[in-house]
Amino acid sequence: MHEYSIVQALFEQVNETARAQAASAVRRVRVSIGELAGVDVSLLRTAYDTFRERTLCEDAPLDVREIPARWTCPDGHGDIPRGRTLVCPACNRAARLAAGDEIVLDQVELEVPDV
Amino acid sequence: MCDSCGCGDPKIVPVDVHERILATNDRTAAHNREHFRERHVVAVNLMGSPGAGKTAVLEATARALAGRARLGVLAGDLATDNDANRVRAAGIVAESITTGSACHLDAEMVHHALHHFPWQTLDYLFIENVGNLVCPAVYDLGQDVNVVALSVTEGEDKPLKYPTMFQKADLVLLTKTDLLPHLPDISVDRIRENLAHVMPNPMAIEVSAITGRGMASWVEWLSQVARGFSRASLRISPWR
Repeated sequence: MHEYSIVQALFEQVNETARAQAASAVRRVRVSIGELAGVDVSLLRTAYDTFRERTLCEDAPLDVREIPARWTCPDGHGDIPRGRTLVCPACNRAARLAAGDEIVLDQVELEVPDV
Repeated sequence: MCDSCGCGDPKIVPVDVHERILATNDRTAAHNREHFRERHVVAVNLMGSPGAGKTAVLEATARALAGRARLGVLAGDLATDNDANRVRAAGIVAESITTGSACHLDAEMVHHALHHFPWQTLDYLFIENVGNLVCPAVYDLGQDVNVVALSVTEGEDKPLKYPTMFQKADLVLLTKTDLLPHLPDISVDRIRENLAHVMPNPMAIEVSAITGRGMASWVEWLSQVARGFSRASLRISPWR
């Protein structure tokens, strides 16, 4: 269950960002998780909800953008249809993963003093 | 929320980050990789299910390369020193990384272990990951290549069930092939076909640690990695 250690890394990253902005609270956390990232989104949510108490993220919902895997021809012959072997049907070259391995913190919404 | 009248309410600002959540791990992994390359040590991240035969492969590799290459093993193990003891008995310098409840190794654990391990003089450093087909795939350790041990007894559809692990594999070692005569329903061709659905460059070597089958091909593959490594200063792609 590495989702717990991913959430710990996420908190550190959010804290750092909040500190840099002198934020008093975090209102929302937005992440992207790829289909082939090896991260189970429901476990990630559970881990987040379990550990956010008494942290800066306590009142910040987690928005997860799930990104489907997309394999594509490195020579520009287009995407490989899902369920096929990972070679380009046109040129036989090994496909490249164009999307779907993301484990990314996209954005945080921070509450900052209005000065 | 008030952001115009000057009443002193806090305001909400969106801050774009767009950074990998495991960026800290990635930086430590890059640091490990730099060390390995400076010293021309080929680092192999060996992954696979519990019982897939990772340790047996290392024992057989020690026999196959005896006197020809200096091998070392960092063995990730939840609770025991058993794996490190086994490969030590096979003549390889080895150290355990006891992970406790952690289901995978991370770059920091490897970095820490390097401080207590004579890795600089090795030709090959095998990092035997915790037995698990999910979590270890997520963490870059600084390795040059990922090798997954998949035993023929595990079922033909393992690659389809764990696509992330196999997508990241540079090589799959199909282990325990000496058992194939007892497994009439298992087809190596179907395993290879399933690999081709999840690996862009599917490469698998059939091995048996008992009979030695395939060990010559495996050792040759390793030496190709090592040659690529010293020749092109680092043409081998790191973690994808």
